[in-house]
Amino acid sequence: MSAKIPVKNIDPSSKNDAEVTTYDLYASREKIYVKAVTGVFQRIRTGSLWLLMGMYFVFCWVSINGEQLIYFDIPGRKFHLFGATFWPQDFVLLSWLLIICAFGLFFITSLFGRVWCGYTCPQTVWTFIFMWVEEKVEGSRNKRMKLDKAPNDASKTFKKVLKHSIWLLIAFATGLTFVGYFYPIRELIVDFFSFNFIGGWAYFWILFFTAATYANAGWLREQVCLYMCPYARFQSVMFDKDTMVVSYDPNRGEPRGSRKKSVDPKQTGLGDCVDCGLCVQVCPTGIDIRDGLQYECIGCALCIDACDQVMEKMNYPKGLIRYDNENTLEGKESHMVRPKSVGYGLVLLFMISSVIYAVYSRVPVALDVIKDRGALYQLTGMGLVENSYTLKVINMANTEREFEVRVSGIEGIKITTTTRFTANSGEVHSLPTSIEIDPANMTETKHDIEFEVIAVDDPTVKATSDSRFLAPLNY
Amino acid sequence: MSSFWNAWIIIISLGSVFGCWWLLFATRKGQKNNTESEATTGHVYDGIEEYDNPLPKWWFYMFMGTIFFALAYYALYPGLGSYKGLLGWTSTGQWEQEVADADAKYGPIFEAFAEKSIEELATDDAALKVGQRLFANNCAICHGSTARGSVGFPNLADNDWLYGGDPDTIKQTIAHGRNGNMPAKGLNPAMTKSDIADLTNYLLSFSNRATDNASSERGAEMFQTACSACHGADAKGTPAMGAPNLTDNVWLYGSTPTMIMQTIEYGRAGVMPAHNDLLGEEKVHVLAAYIYSLSQGK
Repeated sequence: MSAKIPVKNIDPSSKNDAEVTTYDLYASREKIYVKAVTGVFQRIRTGSLWLLMGMYFVFCWVSINGEQLIYFDIPGRKFHLFGATFWPQDFVLLSWLLIICAFGLFFITSLFGRVWCGYTCPQTVWTFIFMWVEEKVEGSRNKRMKLDKAPNDASKTFKKVLKHSIWLLIAFATGLTFVGYFYPIRELIVDFFSFNFIGGWAYFWILFFTAATYANAGWLREQVCLYMCPYARFQSVMFDKDTMVVSYDPNRGEPRGSRKKSVDPKQTGLGDCVDCGLCVQVCPTGIDIRDGLQYECIGCALCIDACDQVMEKMNYPKGLIRYDNENTLEGKESHMVRPKSVGYGLVLLFMISSVIYAVYSRVPVALDVIKDRGALYQLTGMGLVENSYTLKVINMANTEREFEVRVSGIEGIKITTTTRFTANSGEVHSLPTSIEIDPANMTETKHDIEFEVIAVDDPTVKATSDSRFLAPLNY
Repeated sequence: MSSFWNAWIIIISLGSVFGCWWLLFATRKGQKNNTESEATTGHVYDGIEEYDNPLPKWWFYMFMGTIFFALAYYALYPGLGSYKGLLGWTSTGQWEQEVADADAKYGPIFEAFAEKSIEELATDDAALKVGQRLFANNCAICHGSTARGSVGFPNLADNDWLYGGDPDTIKQTIAHGRNGNMPAKGLNPAMTKSDIADLTNYLLSFSNRATDNASSERGAEMFQTACSACHGADAKGTPAMGAPNLTDNVWLYGSTPTMIMQTIEYGRAGVMPAHNDLLGEEKVHVLAAYIYSLSQGK
């Protein structure tokens, strides 16, 4: 690889006191004017952008069996995902899904660097939308720079107001849609405009996400990637010399310099880089990729698109800046398959299959047994020992179901209360239950017993729960 | 709260807030505002020196914000000893508000139930579900979640009632409670141990458990003078006064001879607390329907 990125050494003691006495640790942001560029990678991103935005804005409107495709019902403590209903008891699945997402990110990162950042990260997606609006309203990079320097007049004010209005509109749509995943979206739209909410929380969150989108995509942009995003901080541990990243080929490009198109670079002793600076102008984080891999690089590949255009114009082969790995750039052998990627891949595969198994084998019924605390046991008129319990049966299926409860653990154990009942979808059915035992079958004062609840229409839908039966001593 | 503890709390609370204020400003002294000086604090470790720079402004404002928040909180809410706070907030007041909100929310449901008779409600699934919850929360601790009772707490799921099992009597029992009283040795305080054994044999004879027929006959005579005033000449009980039927197999305090003898010798006092003030008329109505439904169909 080329020489390391020069370190900026700031040493206060080396400074001449007369020259500079103070300096600012908190550098204010320099505005980056991103030049629009088209190309293969920008087209890929436009595709992924349409796909992701489409999913985001459409999914909450699609219904399956009267339920939103994705709906997090926080007050009801139920998550509706693609027609399935998940309960708080299923939260372990959610944590597994998050772990899988994290490992998927590590796996992809070890192979292809920050492709997540470049093509799918919401920060990138919304920033690109906002930049597109900026380009349409205020014009190209040069026009925008000129406009910002120009004095305020009617035309400038109009453009600025228009831009921020469109930004706010997009942000508002984003906020409204986001809340629509937690509040039925059709009711949300009606309630929002008719001021019909109970309490102000829906308003608060809509405004919060509107403001957050506007600030993040309109103002903060690359600063989120540089200063706030934790992924930028630890992604380097997943990189190695075989990771495909956006790279500048210094062996081919250096020494850089401008030249006429007619001049053969070999005769002038120059490399292929014409030093046009386009790769810097198009970079949304404002870095120079020719300095080598930097943590600010979000892998968006805009510099590749820009450089390829120039190479085409110069009739040089494309790919002076390209997705490549450090080993290849140094002329060494590179390996796509290596212990790290295989390890990540295997772990990922194992976790995905376990979660699929867990989801598939999930039983939509749960049983909790609460033993009566007031009286440990009762004695019936017939001289039998009786214990009382409250069974909580949760029907997690989407339909009403008839269930039967059974009990086992002691010879002759018998439920004397109702054993068959019907529970609605999503109901926590509370069933007071008494069981009776002939004391002749009791060998101890306490016995472990097991309750079982079974769906009448489908015997595979069943749940069990342990409890205890108590009897008086020496009875 | 005594005035000493009152002052103690106020001094600690306000002292902490103003202590933070003092610390914030005391550490600013001597530092040039908004500039990074090259002066160091003099702390050196491993060759690393610590700059003596002012707190970043946004930190400073955040600390100021928390101090103002604390002061405003102390002014509005009760936090300074016995001071009530400008908003007049109390935990009792909040509880009352929550009860009022719940009544406003669920009141209509109970009003609709109140319009129906107990017999009607006993066949209404929605009412029974509500009744079951009320029972689990208010009655199950004594009578058990299945209402089967326990020693000293009657079984409500059978057809045997101390005071009568018609809907209105059940409602009366829940609303106003009952005080059951079995006097020690009934109306004959001169009763001896052997008299008690005779009486017990007489009572056991109804379920063919008597051990000595002669004793049982002596017990029958004793019963007429000592017990019949309440339990009736035939020992079938008097629901109007809550005197139980002694000829069946239901024994509130245990059916063994020992337990029966103990009941006769020392008496019993059972208390069912009144629930009208706790739950209100409408909930008692639904509860009565639930309990009435338990004894139906058996």
